[in-house]
Amino acid sequence: MTALIALFWRDLRRAWGSGALWLPVVFFLLVATAFPFAVGPDAPLLARTGGGMMWVAALLAALLPIDRLVRPDREAGVLDQLAVRGFADEAVAAVKIAAHAIGFGLPLLVALLPAAALLAQDSTRVQTLATGLAVAIPALASLAVLSAALTANLKGGSAIGGLLVLPLAVPMLIFGAGMLDPSGRGAMKLLGAASLLLTVIGPFAAGAALRGLRE
Amino acid sequence: MTELLRLDGVACIRGDRLVFEGLSLALGRGEALWLRGPNGAGKSSLIRLAAGLLRPAAGTVTRRERIALIDEAAALDTELPLRKALDFWARVDTVDGPAVTRAMDDMALASLAEVPVSMLSTGQRKRAAMARVIASCAPIWLLDEPANGMDDAAQARLVAGIAKHRANGGAVLLASHFALGISDLAEIDMGAFA
Repeated sequence: MTALIALFWRDLRRAWGSGALWLPVVFFLLVATAFPFAVGPDAPLLARTGGGMMWVAALLAALLPIDRLVRPDREAGVLDQLAVRGFADEAVAAVKIAAHAIGFGLPLLVALLPAAALLAQDSTRVQTLATGLAVAIPALASLAVLSAALTANLKGGSAIGGLLVLPLAVPMLIFGAGMLDPSGRGAMKLLGAASLLLTVIGPFAAGAALRGLRE
Repeated sequence: MTELLRLDGVACIRGDRLVFEGLSLALGRGEALWLRGPNGAGKSSLIRLAAGLLRPAAGTVTRRERIALIDEAAALDTELPLRKALDFWARVDTVDGPAVTRAMDDMALASLAEVPVSMLSTGQRKRAAMARVIASCAPIWLLDEPANGMDDAAQARLVAGIAKHRANGGAVLLASHFALGISDLAEIDMGAFA
Protein backbone atom coordinates (compact mmCIF):
# COMPACT_ATOMS: atom_id res chain seq x y z
CA MET A 1 0.00 0.00 0.00
CA THR A 2 2.88 2.36 0.85
CA ALA A 3 4.29 1.73 -2.60
CA LEU A 4 1.01 2.55 -4.34
CA ILE A 5 0.70 5.76 -2.32
CA ALA A 6 4.25 6.65 -3.41
CA LEU A 7 3.23 6.01 -7.01
CA PHE A 8 0.11 8.17 -6.58
CA TRP A 9 2.09 11.15 -5.25
CA ARG A 10 4.67 10.71 -8.00
CA ASP A 11 2.01 10.81 -10.71
CA LEU A 12 0.38 13.84 -9.09
CA ARG A 13 3.73 15.62 -8.80
CA ARG A 14 4.51 14.90 -12.45
CA ALA A 15 1.06 16.12 -13.53
CA TRP A 16 1.34 19.36 -11.61
CA GLY A 17 5.03 19.84 -12.21
CA SER A 18 5.25 19.16 -15.92
CA GLY A 19 2.61 21.62 -17.05
CA ALA A 20 0.22 18.81 -17.91
CA LEU A 21 -2.10 20.22 -15.25
CA TRP A 22 -2.46 23.59 -16.87
CA LEU A 23 -3.14 22.32 -20.37
CA PRO A 24 -6.68 20.98 -19.69
CA VAL A 25 -7.56 23.89 -17.41
CA VAL A 26 -6.37 26.50 -19.91
CA PHE A 27 -8.22 24.63 -22.66
CA PHE A 28 -11.40 24.63 -20.56
CA LEU A 29 -11.13 28.37 -19.91
CA LEU A 30 -10.30 29.11 -23.54
CA VAL A 31 -13.47 27.37 -24.68
CA ALA A 32 -15.50 29.30 -22.11
CA THR A 33 -13.87 32.52 -23.33
CA ALA A 34 -14.29 31.82 -27.03
CA PHE A 35 -17.88 30.57 -26.89
CA PRO A 36 -19.49 33.98 -26.17
CA PHE A 37 -17.61 35.45 -29.15
CA ALA A 38 -19.11 32.78 -31.39
CA VAL A 39 -22.65 33.00 -30.02
CA GLY A 40 -22.81 36.74 -29.51
CA PRO A 41 -23.59 38.90 -26.47
CA ASP A 42 -26.95 37.30 -25.79
CA ALA A 43 -26.95 36.54 -22.05
CA PRO A 44 -30.11 34.39 -21.98
CA LEU A 45 -28.79 32.29 -24.90
CA LEU A 46 -25.39 31.92 -23.22
CA ALA A 47 -27.04 30.94 -19.97
CA ARG A 48 -29.13 28.29 -21.75
CA THR A 49 -26.33 26.77 -23.86
CA GLY A 50 -23.24 27.50 -21.74
CA GLY A 51 -23.76 24.61 -19.32
CA GLY A 52 -23.74 22.01 -22.08
CA MET A 53 -20.70 23.67 -23.64
CA MET A 54 -18.84 23.39 -20.34
CA TRP A 55 -19.62 19.69 -20.20
CA VAL A 56 -18.17 19.19 -23.69
CA ALA A 57 -15.12 21.27 -22.76
CA ALA A 58 -14.60 19.30 -19.53
CA LEU A 59 -14.74 15.99 -21.39
CA LEU A 60 -12.23 17.10 -24.02
CA ALA A 61 -10.03 18.65 -21.33
CA ALA A 62 -9.85 15.31 -19.53
CA LEU A 63 -8.64 13.62 -22.71
CA LEU A 64 -6.05 16.27 -23.61
CA PRO A 65 -3.13 14.93 -21.53
CA ILE A 66 -3.54 11.34 -22.76
CA ASP A 67 -0.02 11.35 -24.21
CA ARG A 68 1.51 12.02 -20.79
CA LEU A 69 -0.44 9.49 -18.72
CA VAL A 70 1.11 6.16 -19.77
CA ARG A 71 3.51 6.54 -22.69
CA PRO A 72 6.38 8.24 -20.77
CA ASP A 73 6.27 5.53 -18.08
CA ARG A 74 6.30 2.79 -20.69
CA GLU A 75 9.25 4.32 -22.54
CA ALA A 76 11.21 4.98 -19.32
CA GLY A 77 10.74 1.39 -18.13
CA VAL A 78 8.74 2.44 -15.06
CA LEU A 79 5.83 0.13 -15.90
CA ASP A 80 8.22 -2.81 -16.29
CA GLN A 81 9.85 -2.04 -12.95
CA LEU A 82 6.45 -1.97 -11.25
CA ALA A 83 5.48 -5.28 -12.87
CA VAL A 84 8.76 -6.86 -11.78
CA ARG A 85 7.92 -5.84 -8.22
CA GLY A 86 4.68 -7.76 -8.45
CA PHE A 87 2.23 -4.87 -8.70
CA ALA A 88 -0.92 -5.86 -10.54
CA ASP A 89 -1.47 -3.85 -13.69
CA GLU A 90 -4.99 -3.14 -12.47
CA ALA A 91 -3.61 -1.58 -9.27
CA VAL A 92 -1.19 0.57 -11.26
CA ALA A 93 -4.06 1.64 -13.54
CA ALA A 94 -6.25 2.46 -10.53
CA VAL A 95 -3.50 4.64 -9.05
CA LYS A 96 -3.04 6.44 -12.36
CA ILE A 97 -6.79 7.03 -12.59
CA ALA A 98 -6.91 8.42 -9.05
CA ALA A 99 -3.93 10.69 -9.68
CA HIS A 100 -5.41 11.95 -12.96
CA ALA A 101 -8.81 12.52 -11.34
CA ILE A 102 -7.25 14.65 -8.62
CA GLY A 103 -4.62 16.17 -10.92
CA PHE A 104 -7.01 17.61 -13.47
CA GLY A 105 -10.32 17.36 -11.59
CA LEU A 106 -9.62 19.74 -8.72
CA PRO A 107 -8.24 22.55 -10.90
CA LEU A 108 -11.13 22.01 -13.32
CA LEU A 109 -13.65 22.54 -10.54
CA VAL A 110 -11.84 25.74 -9.57
CA ALA A 111 -11.78 26.90 -13.21
CA LEU A 112 -15.51 26.26 -13.37
CA LEU A 113 -16.17 29.49 -11.47
CA PRO A 114 -14.62 31.96 -13.96
CA ALA A 115 -15.91 29.86 -16.86
CA ALA A 116 -19.43 29.99 -15.44
CA ALA A 117 -19.18 33.75 -15.05
CA LEU A 118 -18.13 34.10 -18.69
CA LEU A 119 -21.12 32.00 -19.77
CA ALA A 120 -23.68 33.84 -17.66
CA GLN A 121 -24.50 30.87 -15.41
CA ASP A 122 -26.40 31.70 -12.22
CA SER A 123 -25.44 30.28 -8.84
CA THR A 124 -27.95 27.42 -9.00
CA ARG A 125 -26.60 26.23 -12.35
CA VAL A 126 -23.01 26.60 -11.12
CA GLN A 127 -23.81 24.38 -8.15
CA THR A 128 -25.47 21.83 -10.43
CA LEU A 129 -22.51 21.92 -12.83
CA ALA A 130 -20.00 21.54 -9.99
CA THR A 131 -21.90 18.59 -8.53
CA GLY A 132 -22.24 16.90 -11.91
CA LEU A 133 -18.58 17.38 -12.81
CA ALA A 134 -17.46 16.16 -9.38
CA VAL A 135 -19.48 12.99 -9.94
CA ALA A 136 -18.19 12.54 -13.51
CA ILE A 137 -14.50 13.34 -12.98
CA PRO A 138 -13.48 9.83 -11.79
CA ALA A 139 -15.13 8.35 -14.87
CA LEU A 140 -13.51 10.89 -17.19
CA ALA A 141 -10.13 10.10 -15.62
CA SER A 142 -10.84 6.41 -16.03
CA LEU A 143 -11.58 6.85 -19.73
CA ALA A 144 -8.47 8.99 -20.19
CA VAL A 145 -6.15 6.41 -18.61
CA LEU A 146 -7.81 3.58 -20.55
CA SER A 147 -7.34 5.51 -23.74
CA ALA A 148 -3.72 6.31 -22.85
CA ALA A 149 -2.96 2.65 -22.14
CA LEU A 150 -4.62 1.46 -25.35
CA THR A 151 -2.67 3.89 -27.52
CA ALA A 152 0.70 4.08 -25.72
CA ASN A 153 2.35 2.06 -28.49
CA LEU A 154 0.85 4.09 -31.33
CA LYS A 155 2.16 7.23 -32.96
CA GLY A 156 -0.42 10.01 -32.70
CA GLY A 157 -2.07 7.94 -30.01
CA SER A 158 -3.86 10.80 -28.29
CA ALA A 159 -5.97 11.60 -31.37
CA ILE A 160 -6.92 7.96 -31.83
CA GLY A 161 -7.51 7.63 -28.11
CA GLY A 162 -9.95 10.49 -28.14
CA LEU A 163 -11.93 8.85 -30.91
CA LEU A 164 -11.93 5.55 -29.02
CA VAL A 165 -13.32 6.80 -25.74
CA LEU A 166 -15.53 9.67 -26.84
CA PRO A 167 -18.52 7.39 -27.53
CA LEU A 168 -18.19 5.90 -24.04
CA ALA A 169 -18.39 9.37 -22.53
CA VAL A 170 -21.57 10.37 -24.38
CA PRO A 171 -23.96 9.03 -21.67
CA MET A 172 -22.24 11.21 -19.10
CA LEU A 173 -22.59 14.21 -21.39
CA ILE A 174 -26.30 13.52 -21.83
CA PHE A 175 -27.01 12.99 -18.14
CA GLY A 176 -24.65 15.75 -16.99
CA ALA A 177 -26.21 18.33 -19.28
CA GLY A 178 -29.63 16.87 -18.42
CA MET A 179 -29.08 17.85 -14.78
CA LEU A 180 -29.21 21.48 -15.87
CA ASP A 181 -32.75 21.04 -17.20
CA PRO A 182 -35.27 21.75 -14.40
CA SER A 183 -37.32 18.77 -15.58
CA GLY A 184 -34.34 16.38 -15.59
CA ARG A 185 -34.55 15.25 -11.99
CA GLY A 186 -33.45 11.68 -12.65
CA ALA A 187 -30.36 12.79 -14.59
CA MET A 188 -28.22 13.02 -11.46
CA LYS A 189 -28.86 9.39 -10.55
CA LEU A 190 -28.21 8.23 -14.11
CA LEU A 191 -25.00 10.28 -14.24
CA GLY A 192 -23.91 8.70 -10.96
CA ALA A 193 -24.67 5.23 -12.30
CA ALA A 194 -22.79 5.82 -15.57
CA SER A 195 -19.84 7.33 -13.71
CA LEU A 196 -19.72 4.49 -11.19
CA LEU A 197 -19.80 1.89 -13.96
CA LEU A 198 -16.96 3.50 -15.91
CA THR A 199 -14.92 4.13 -12.77
CA VAL A 200 -15.20 0.49 -11.68
CA ILE A 201 -14.52 -0.98 -15.12
CA GLY A 202 -11.70 1.47 -15.88
CA PRO A 203 -8.88 -0.04 -13.78
CA PHE A 204 -9.55 -3.55 -15.12
CA ALA A 205 -9.76 -2.45 -18.76
CA ALA A 206 -6.74 -0.15 -18.45
CA GLY A 207 -4.84 -2.85 -16.51
CA ALA A 208 -5.42 -5.31 -19.34
CA ALA A 209 -4.19 -2.69 -21.81
CA LEU A 210 -1.05 -2.09 -19.72
CA ARG A 211 -0.39 -5.84 -19.71
CA GLY A 212 -0.77 -5.87 -23.48
CA LEU A 213 1.98 -3.26 -23.81
CA ARG A 214 4.54 -5.80 -22.59
CA GLU A 215 3.71 -8.50 -25.10
CA MET B 1 21.72 -24.91 -1.83
CA THR B 2 18.50 -22.87 -1.82
CA GLU B 3 17.27 -22.19 -5.31
CA LEU B 4 16.13 -18.62 -5.86
CA LEU B 5 15.30 -18.84 -9.55
CA ARG B 6 14.50 -21.81 -11.75
CA LEU B 7 13.57 -22.08 -15.42
CA ASP B 8 12.46 -25.46 -16.73
CA GLY B 9 12.33 -26.15 -20.45
CA VAL B 10 11.28 -22.64 -21.36
CA ALA B 11 10.69 -21.53 -24.92
CA CYS B 12 10.32 -17.98 -26.20
CA ILE B 13 8.52 -16.84 -29.33
CA ARG B 14 8.67 -13.17 -30.39
CA GLY B 15 6.34 -12.34 -33.24
CA ASP B 16 6.42 -15.45 -35.40
CA ARG B 17 10.05 -16.29 -34.59
CA LEU B 18 11.13 -19.00 -32.18
CA VAL B 19 13.94 -17.30 -30.27
CA PHE B 20 14.94 -20.29 -28.12
CA GLU B 21 13.45 -23.47 -26.71
CA GLY B 22 14.22 -26.19 -24.21
CA LEU B 23 16.23 -23.92 -21.96
CA SER B 24 16.57 -24.78 -18.28
CA LEU B 25 18.61 -23.14 -15.56
CA ALA B 26 18.69 -22.81 -11.80
CA LEU B 27 20.26 -20.10 -9.66
CA GLY B 28 21.03 -20.60 -6.00
CA ARG B 29 22.26 -18.24 -3.31
CA GLY B 30 25.68 -16.83 -4.10
CA GLU B 31 25.57 -18.01 -7.70
CA ALA B 32 25.95 -16.04 -10.89
CA LEU B 33 25.17 -17.12 -14.43
CA TRP B 34 26.37 -15.42 -17.59
CA LEU B 35 24.11 -15.53 -20.66
CA ARG B 36 26.30 -15.10 -23.69
CA GLY B 37 25.63 -15.16 -27.39
CA PRO B 38 25.41 -12.94 -30.47
CA ASN B 39 22.84 -10.21 -31.01
CA GLY B 40 19.35 -11.65 -31.34
CA ALA B 41 20.24 -14.88 -29.53
CA GLY B 42 17.57 -14.16 -26.92
CA LYS B 43 19.59 -12.92 -23.94
CA SER B 44 17.29 -9.99 -23.23
CA SER B 45 14.21 -12.10 -23.90
CA LEU B 46 15.40 -14.64 -21.34
CA ILE B 47 15.98 -11.88 -18.80
CA ARG B 48 12.42 -10.62 -19.39
CA LEU B 49 11.07 -14.16 -19.09
CA ALA B 50 12.89 -14.60 -15.79
CA ALA B 51 11.53 -11.23 -14.62
CA GLY B 52 7.97 -12.24 -15.46
CA LEU B 53 7.62 -9.54 -18.10
CA LEU B 54 7.17 -12.12 -20.85
CA ARG B 55 5.22 -15.35 -20.67
CA PRO B 56 7.11 -18.43 -21.83
CA ALA B 57 5.63 -20.20 -24.85
CA ALA B 58 6.51 -23.44 -23.06
CA GLY B 59 8.06 -24.44 -19.75
CA THR B 60 7.88 -22.87 -16.30
CA VAL B 61 9.59 -20.05 -14.44
CA THR B 62 9.82 -20.21 -10.63
CA ARG B 63 10.94 -17.21 -8.58
CA ARG B 64 11.32 -17.67 -4.83
CA GLU B 65 12.48 -14.18 -3.94
CA ARG B 66 12.13 -10.57 -4.97
CA ILE B 67 13.74 -9.45 -8.20
CA ALA B 68 15.67 -6.37 -9.29
CA LEU B 69 16.07 -5.68 -12.99
CA ILE B 70 18.35 -3.59 -15.17
CA ASP B 71 17.51 -3.27 -18.84
CA GLU B 72 18.01 -0.57 -21.44
CA ALA B 73 15.68 1.87 -19.62
CA ALA B 74 16.90 3.43 -16.37
CA ALA B 75 13.33 3.95 -15.06
CA LEU B 76 14.35 7.12 -13.24
CA ASP B 77 12.31 10.33 -13.47
CA THR B 78 14.45 12.56 -15.64
CA GLU B 79 13.18 15.85 -14.18
CA LEU B 80 14.21 14.90 -10.63
CA PRO B 81 17.62 15.16 -8.96
CA LEU B 82 19.22 11.72 -8.91
CA ARG B 83 18.81 11.23 -5.15
CA LYS B 84 15.08 11.99 -5.28
CA ALA B 85 14.61 9.74 -8.31
CA LEU B 86 16.25 6.88 -6.39
CA ASP B 87 14.27 7.72 -3.24
CA PHE B 88 11.04 7.08 -5.16
CA TRP B 89 12.04 3.49 -5.86
CA ALA B 90 13.23 3.12 -2.26
CA ARG B 91 9.71 4.04 -1.13
CA VAL B 92 8.22 1.58 -3.62
CA ASP B 93 10.61 -1.12 -2.37
CA THR B 94 9.96 -0.03 1.23
CA VAL B 95 13.66 0.23 1.99
CA ASP B 96 15.15 3.00 4.12
CA GLY B 97 17.12 6.05 3.07
CA PRO B 98 20.51 4.75 4.24
CA ALA B 99 20.18 1.86 1.76
CA VAL B 100 20.01 4.44 -1.05
CA THR B 101 22.99 6.32 0.38
CA ARG B 102 25.04 3.12 0.55
CA ALA B 103 24.06 2.15 -2.99
CA MET B 104 25.02 5.59 -4.30
CA ASP B 105 28.35 5.33 -2.52
CA ASP B 106 28.93 1.87 -4.00
CA MET B 107 28.45 3.30 -7.50
CA ALA B 108 30.33 6.57 -6.78
CA LEU B 109 27.23 8.69 -7.31
CA ALA B 110 27.29 10.80 -4.13
CA SER B 111 28.61 13.85 -5.97
CA LEU B 112 25.76 13.61 -8.49
CA ALA B 113 22.95 13.42 -5.91
CA GLU B 114 21.56 16.86 -6.74
CA VAL B 115 22.06 16.63 -10.51
CA PRO B 116 18.84 16.10 -12.52
CA VAL B 117 18.72 12.67 -14.14
CA SER B 118 18.23 14.34 -17.52
CA MET B 119 21.72 15.85 -17.21
CA LEU B 120 23.46 12.51 -16.57
CA SER B 121 25.52 10.78 -19.24
CA THR B 122 24.68 7.29 -20.50
CA GLY B 123 27.28 5.71 -18.24
CA GLN B 124 26.13 7.71 -15.24
CA ARG B 125 22.53 6.62 -15.83
CA LYS B 126 23.66 3.00 -15.96
CA ARG B 127 25.43 3.52 -12.63
CA ALA B 128 22.26 5.11 -11.29
CA ALA B 129 20.19 2.15 -12.47
CA MET B 130 22.68 -0.14 -10.76
CA ALA B 131 22.33 1.90 -7.57
CA ARG B 132 18.55 1.38 -7.84
CA VAL B 133 19.14 -2.36 -8.04
CA ILE B 134 21.54 -2.39 -5.08
CA ALA B 135 19.23 -0.22 -2.94
CA SER B 136 16.25 -2.50 -3.62
CA CYS B 137 17.85 -5.24 -1.47
CA ALA B 138 16.25 -7.80 -3.80
CA PRO B 139 18.02 -11.19 -3.61
CA ILE B 140 17.76 -11.90 -7.36
CA TRP B 141 19.45 -9.52 -9.78
CA LEU B 142 18.61 -9.70 -13.47
CA LEU B 143 21.16 -7.59 -15.32
CA ASP B 144 20.74 -6.99 -19.04
CA GLU B 145 23.90 -5.41 -20.45
CA PRO B 146 24.57 -3.54 -17.21
CA ALA B 147 28.01 -2.31 -18.33
CA ASN B 148 26.83 -0.55 -21.49
CA GLY B 149 28.26 2.95 -21.54
CA MET B 150 30.31 2.45 -18.39
CA ASP B 151 33.98 3.37 -18.22
CA ASP B 152 36.58 1.05 -16.68
CA ALA B 153 36.23 2.50 -13.17
CA ALA B 154 32.44 2.15 -13.24
CA GLN B 155 32.75 -1.43 -14.53
CA ALA B 156 35.06 -2.24 -11.63
CA ARG B 157 32.42 -0.90 -9.22
CA LEU B 158 29.76 -2.95 -10.99
CA VAL B 159 31.87 -6.10 -10.62
CA ALA B 160 32.54 -5.29 -6.96
CA GLY B 161 28.81 -4.78 -6.42
CA ILE B 162 28.03 -8.16 -7.96
CA ALA B 163 30.67 -9.85 -5.81
CA LYS B 164 29.30 -8.21 -2.65
CA HIS B 165 25.75 -9.25 -3.55
CA ARG B 166 26.82 -12.85 -4.06
CA ALA B 167 28.79 -12.83 -0.82
CA ASN B 168 25.59 -11.72 0.92
CA GLY B 169 23.67 -14.67 -0.52
CA GLY B 170 22.23 -13.03 -3.61
CA ALA B 171 22.01 -14.48 -7.11
CA VAL B 172 22.81 -12.80 -10.43
CA LEU B 173 21.65 -13.57 -13.95
CA LEU B 174 23.83 -11.54 -16.29
CA ALA B 175 23.19 -11.00 -20.00
CA SER B 176 26.25 -9.47 -21.58
CA HIS B 177 28.56 -9.66 -24.56
CA PHE B 178 31.49 -10.19 -22.21
CA ALA B 179 31.98 -11.65 -18.75
CA LEU B 180 32.99 -8.31 -17.16
CA GLY B 181 36.19 -9.96 -15.97
CA ILE B 182 34.37 -12.07 -13.40
CA SER B 183 36.26 -15.35 -13.19
CA ASP B 184 33.86 -17.71 -11.39
CA LEU B 185 30.84 -17.32 -13.67
CA ALA B 186 28.80 -20.26 -14.88
CA GLU B 187 27.67 -19.59 -18.43
CA ILE B 188 25.02 -20.49 -20.96
CA ASP B 189 25.54 -20.08 -24.67
CA MET B 190 22.17 -18.87 -25.91
CA GLY B 191 23.09 -19.87 -29.46
CA ALA B 192 22.75 -23.53 -28.45
CA PHE B 193 19.02 -23.17 -27.84
CA ALA B 194 18.02 -21.37 -31.02
